[in-house]
Amino acid sequence: MEPVITIEHLYKRFGEHVVLQDFSMTVDKDENVVVLGRSGVGKSVLIKCIIGLLRADKGKIVVLGEDIESLDHDQMDKMRARVAFLFQSNALYDSMTVRKNLEFPLRRHWIDRTREEIDALVKEALSNVGLADTIDMMPEELSGGMKKRIALARTLILRPEIILYDEPTTGLDPVTGKEISNLIMEIQKKYHTSSIIISHDMHCVRRTAGRIVLLMDGRNYCSGTYEELNKSDDPAVKQFFE
Amino acid sequence: MLQIKNIYGRIAMTTLKGWPEYSHPDNLTMIRDSVDTGQPKGVCFGLLLLHIIRYMAIPVKMRQFFEMTGELSKFTGRLFVEGVKPRWEFAELLRQCYMIGNKSLGLIGLTGFIMGLVLTMQLRPSLVEYGVESQLPAMVGIAIVREIGPVITALIFAGKIGSSIGAELGSMKVTEQIDAMEVSGTNPFKYLVVSRVVASTLMLPVLVVLSDGISLIGAYIGVNIRSVTSFHLFFRQVLDNLAFGDVLPAFIKTFLFGFAVGIIGCYKGYYSSKGTEGVGRAANSAVVISSIMIFIIDLIVVQVTDIMGVN
Ligand SMILES: Nc1ncnc2c1ncn2[C@@H]1O[C@H](COP(=O)(O)OP(=O)(O)OP(=O)(O)O)[C@@H](O)[C@H]1O
Ligand SMILES: [Mg+2]
Repeated sequence: MEPVITIEHLYKRFGEHVVLQDFSMTVDKDENVVVLGRSGVGKSVLIKCIIGLLRADKGKIVVLGEDIESLDHDQMDKMRARVAFLFQSNALYDSMTVRKNLEFPLRRHWIDRTREEIDALVKEALSNVGLADTIDMMPEELSGGMKKRIALARTLILRPEIILYDEPTTGLDPVTGKEISNLIMEIQKKYHTSSIIISHDMHCVRRTAGRIVLLMDGRNYCSGTYEELNKSDDPAVKQFFE
Repeated sequence: MLQIKNIYGRIAMTTLKGWPEYSHPDNLTMIRDSVDTGQPKGVCFGLLLLHIIRYMAIPVKMRQFFEMTGELSKFTGRLFVEGVKPRWEFAELLRQCYMIGNKSLGLIGLTGFIMGLVLTMQLRPSLVEYGVESQLPAMVGIAIVREIGPVITALIFAGKIGSSIGAELGSMKVTEQIDAMEVSGTNPFKYLVVSRVVASTLMLPVLVVLSDGISLIGAYIGVNIRSVTSFHLFFRQVLDNLAFGDVLPAFIKTFLFGFAVGIIGCYKGYYSSKGTEGVGRAANSAVVISSIMIFIIDLIVVQVTDIMGVN
């Protein structure tokens, strides 16, 4: 079967600072791929290239059968309705209530929905993350874990086929982190999404990873299941599993 | 130490020596040489100036200035391109108009009132001296409506609204909210920038008219502290002395002031550097640059209307 995301020989640099060089990976349908790597190796840069927030210098990214580079603005917009992005910093709109935050992705101009449909979607997304009663709160009233869930609800509202998670459990306590990991798995089962999960929280990795890609020195250093990499003798791989 | 008899050479030497980081031996030698070889004073002076310019990094600042001007023009161009494309963000525009007006109304009203009152009290003695005290309402009216009202209001507007736009967009940028809008299918430039620039362009003239009105009430009270004039008479005198040519340029320039405050605030916020420090810097430079722009626009508008004879 055709992979939903194919990345081939990707290069990205900022000035003199080379971040990605010759990075390749694929994600299959219904698969959770964890990208593992140390802070600052360019994990966020990688998934921002996938969603088109950053432009790669060289290489090819094919998402759901479409080459990202070749899309015009409208096509890109339609693509982004099928690919959701959970920001490392949540990026909730802090001047809007939770309800308005969730409605925001529904503003897309080609989407026509009645008020009732929108309300139903918002309520469903909130109950998916177990926070139905926060609907009229402002983001600053929420705890870190709650913000993460609301951000997740916001990415779910358009029923994406692919979700890109940027460190979904970083900065949360272990228990909340576990809850988020479980939530990711529930969502995957319920909506059959494929995802790339960036993480260095080994509990989350173990819980969510179908396959792990180790990003090092801008390359796909190695990949395999959790068990395979756990057994590896390579010190570069081992350091993540201790 | 070097011996220099030429007075200009000595000034140059002293200046450079008092300025340790610029008094590189090469510079001192150069000046001495130019003096000793009997070059004219002008050359020596020019040399000194060149060195000061070079060592104060003025070219670098000039380059930064031109770079910013270029970037800002591009930003303005994009504003017009995106602004005319359909799917306008009317709801957001209205919300911004309300917020901008609401936020600055109290402050602008208060300063306007004080300005009118103080201006009247300060003008009176001079007018009494020339025996034209009866012209007080006319003078105050012209001063407020033509210049002081628009400029002071715009400056306060820059301080209040320019900084809040800069800080708001800056922190949205830093916390990736602008990126989040982009991926959720809303054009952040249109939603955030166009609506704010249009709102501040439309709201400042309204605020200036209000501020002028309140200033004139302040002036009326100022007139009445020492003498008694009826409200009706005061305003008759003010309005009789204001020609259409007085009001129109003053009104037109307020749109330009509002536009400048909006676009500079948005530009600084939208391109603010990462980190909380970047947000502070965005807010700060938004105020500084838009305040300077207000004076520059004022100057230009006065020249233009003068040439066109609308004066
Ligand atoms: N817009 C940018 N301009 C310049 N450099 C950038 C930019 N974005 C990222 N970088 C650089 O790219 C490198 C990788 O950044 P990235 O955010 O992808 O790291 P990361 O792997 O996600 O780390 P973390 O786990 O801390 O989030 C960093 O060194 C960063 O300085
Ligand atoms: Mg990151």
